[in-house]
This record gives sequence, structure tokens and C-alpha cells, in this order.
Amino acid sequence: MNVSRRIVLHFPPNMTGQPVVCRLVKDFGLTFNILKASISPGQEGLMVLELSGEQKNYDKGVKYLTETGIEIQSLSQDVVRDETKCTHCGACITICPTEAFSLEPRTRKVLFDHNKCVVCGLCVKACPPRAMIVYF
Amino acid sequence: MAKTIAEINEKIRKGKAVVVTAEEVIDIAKEKGVRKAAEEIDVVTTGTFGPMCSSGAFLNIGHSKPRIKLGGGKVYLNDIPVYTGIAAVDIFIGVNALPDDDPRNKFYPGEFNYGGGHVIQELIAGKDIILTATAYGTDCYPRKKLETLINIKDINEAILFDVRNAYQNYNVAVNLSDKVRYTYMGVLKPNLGNANYCSAGQLSPLLNDPYYKTIGVGTKLFLGGGIGYVAWHGTQHNPTALRGDNGVPRRGAGTLAVIGDLKQMKPEWLVGTSMLGYGCTLTVGIGVPIPILSEEILRYTIVSDADILAPIVDYSEAYPQREPDIVGEVSYAELKSGNIKVQGKDVPTASLSSYPKAVEIANILKKWIENGEFLLTEPVAPLPGVESGITSKPLKERPIVG
Repeated sequence: MNVSRRIVLHFPPNMTGQPVVCRLVKDFGLTFNILKASISPGQEGLMVLELSGEQKNYDKGVKYLTETGIEIQSLSQDVVRDETKCTHCGACITICPTEAFSLEPRTRKVLFDHNKCVVCGLCVKACPPRAMIVYF
Repeated sequence: MAKTIAEINEKIRKGKAVVVTAEEVIDIAKEKGVRKAAEEIDVVTTGTFGPMCSSGAFLNIGHSKPRIKLGGGKVYLNDIPVYTGIAAVDIFIGVNALPDDDPRNKFYPGEFNYGGGHVIQELIAGKDIILTATAYGTDCYPRKKLETLINIKDINEAILFDVRNAYQNYNVAVNLSDKVRYTYMGVLKPNLGNANYCSAGQLSPLLNDPYYKTIGVGTKLFLGGGIGYVAWHGTQHNPTALRGDNGVPRRGAGTLAVIGDLKQMKPEWLVGTSMLGYGCTLTVGIGVPIPILSEEILRYTIVSDADILAPIVDYSEAYPQREPDIVGEVSYAELKSGNIKVQGKDVPTASLSSYPKAVEIANILKKWIENGEFLLTEPVAPLPGVESGITSKPLKERPIVG
């Protein structure tokens, strides 16, 4: 069975120079799509990755990543909407590059699909009541 | 079948008034016909919930001991500077006001996370607000410094006074240039990447009374979750704007100045708002009841999104340079479909005004009236109409000589 998941990798400073992602391809036959990558001034790395492949290979790949000391987070928990702040205006809809926001046709309320979110953060500052929050 | 406001109020008192929203009335009139609908319906409620920048609040904080004259001094609420040009302890906080140390657009685009609108929302939520003040001191007002917490429940008056709200129609903003533009109409992506609009369309108060036949000075309304009144016509009121055959303006036209007791209002209906790269503002909830005095008045309220056209304006060049050009016109029905065609290109649309919240406001007002808690008022003066010839004027700059 094939799986495709979006994950956030936190690289400790000693790992940022290592070719970790290449090994996911070479040793585990996984394919990847880098959605976001950055290195902080303290040399800690952050990478948002879409990782796809066979379930057993995917599991092995994730196990390998964990063993190297990289911290893995599931992406879908990382951008959340504060429902008490959202006014359902819709300003986010055209800002999101992955169409994670859509309008519920009957009520015109704004729906947020976590699975489509790639944590790019564009919605966070474009949201007028600042209802979108990124957690890393 | 002409009814009077007094007759409608009598029915409201008895709990017998028939009240529907400006959305519901469209189908009712289709089903029953305009004449029958006008006979049966007493009030149509409207609603809108969008960023309204010309908003602010007057506060009277009470006299300290010893006294201080804030007028002519400097006052901050949670680091937001407020206006002190009036009297000793009256201050005015405007929703666009920013902390002195906010970087603005020095780090472009500025985030504008906290401003006057946010202070107003926190004040209504019952939070303590930090007031710091310096004054020059007089014989009768000797104090020069004041630092204290204030709370809405303790201060004398807190009055929301918005000089321009509830715009009758508005621009649809696009960006024809090749770089992102950060505007009061939201983030506009380059090369017609998106189109942002800001009106409740068929639910919007003044679009349901295009010639101001029922809404006037003194009209009681839903304001920020409490009760307010139309204080005057709003600034930039422009009744002579281009109109369609149905009388509905095809450009930004009429506006309302509204006033109300901030102490009754609720934080969910006055929301501090941040526009990336532009500034802070307040999203205001307004709902105006329209008494169905005649068939003609009902006919105006059945306007639907398909009948209301808005101008598409380029915010990269035409708007900032005050050029009159428009890129085209589009109906709110098209805008609400999620996509419009501009210069042959499919452009996704987004709204800055919340339609679900506008519906909620129209329904709250409907419930207030049905329950007999909200009676209608007779306007004490009309808003200037088409016949007034009033046109919103641009600034004519003149050289300062001598």
C-alpha cells in the first residue's frame, strides 16, 4: 500500500550538513517534495516534506530519520484556526497556494482542510482578525 | 396598502409584526408577488460585517484626584495614542491608531498586529486597559502625570462614533502589476492573481434602500451587538454616483455616520483587524431595519446579488494615482461564484466582508423586532439624496504663497 504524508522535520545543529533526504530515496525508495526549508541562525534546520512510497518503506524511512536525531512532527497539527477569532470573511481563500480554504456553498462559511495545508504561513498574516496560528 | 412606522410599531409591541431578512424577502416576493409580499411583510432586516476604517470611540474616563487636564496633553491606551484635543477627561480613540514604536511599513509589509480597533475590542470584552498620560498642568488641573488601569464598567461614557460606515456598494480590488500589493482591500496577487470585494451585496443596508427613502438621521439600528442610531450621513456620502435602472448604485455611493453606546456592544461584533502592509482597523457589525411602508419600498429590498454591479479597480495604479479608470464591472452573484473573468482571465475572488456574519446580524435584528424588544424610529431628517446634487469631492491642492 502506498502512502503520502506531509511531515515537519526539525534538524538539530549537527545534522544540518547531512544528506539525510537523499538516503530516503536511495535506501528506502521513497519520493519527496520539499515544501519549505529553512536554517535558523542557531543552525537548526526545519523542513516541511511531502514523503511518499510504500507503507513499509515509509515506516522504515521515518524510523531512520528518528534514529538520526531528527525530530518529526505531523504537519496537520501545525497550522490551526482559532475558531473564536475567525469571522468567515474569506480573505484567506485566494491567498492559500494549495486551496486549503473553501466556501461552504449554502452558509458561505469558510472551511479549512488541514490535509491540504502545507504550512507555508501565507494565511497567517493575510488573515485580518489573525485567526490562523502556526505551531512549530 | 401604505403603512406607517407607528402602525408597524404597534404590531411589534403586540408581537404580531412580520419580519424577514433581506435575503429571505427575495424568494418570498418571487413566490407571492410583490404586492402580496408588501402587504404581509412589515420589516425587512439587513446586515453587514466588514472592516470600517472611519470608526472610533469617545471615552470620558472621570476626573482623577488631584485633577489632570488631558486636553492638549498626551494620552495612550495600551500604548495606542489617542486624541486629546477636547476638554479635560474626554478622549477619542481611532481604530487606525498605532503604537508610536510600531515599525509600520519599515519592515515591508508591516504586520500591524495591534491598534486602536484592538483596544476598542478589548475594552468591550471587559479587559482592563492601561492608560498613561502626561499633561502640562494648570492652576485648576495641577497634575502632570497619570498611570492607571481603566475598565469600561467604571468610566462614565463610552460612545462608538463612526463617521463613515456601511458603504453603499464598493470597489472590487485587483492588481494589474507584476508585484504583490498590500492594500486595505487585502493582499492582491500580481497579474490579476485574485479579486477582493467588500460588501454584503443583497443583505447590505443601503443597497436595500438605494434612495434613502426609509433610512435617515435618527434611524435606530444594530451596531456592534448593541443599539445605535444613524447620526448623520457618512463622510464622502456620494448619492449622485452612477446608478443602474433599478436605482442601485454601481459605484461606492451613500454612507452612514453611526453612533451608539459602546457599553452595550459585544467583542464578537466589533473586531480589531489587521491588514498586512496597510494598517489596523475595526470590523464593524451593522444591521438596519427597513419598514415596508409601501410596495415601492419592498421592491427595493428584493434586490439580489445578480442585480448589483460593482466596479473592478486596479489597486496597483488607478487607485493610488486617483485615476477614474475601471477595469470592468461585475455582479455580486458573479463575485460570490468564486471566479470572475477580468480581461479574459479567470480570476478567483475573495471577500473581506463576512456574509455569514451579515446573515447572523440580520437574523438577530429580526429576532429583536419579533420579540418586541426593538421598535423602529421615524427619521428626524432625510439623508441627502440624488436631488441634493452632493458629490464627494477630491482634494484640490493649492500652493501656499507667502
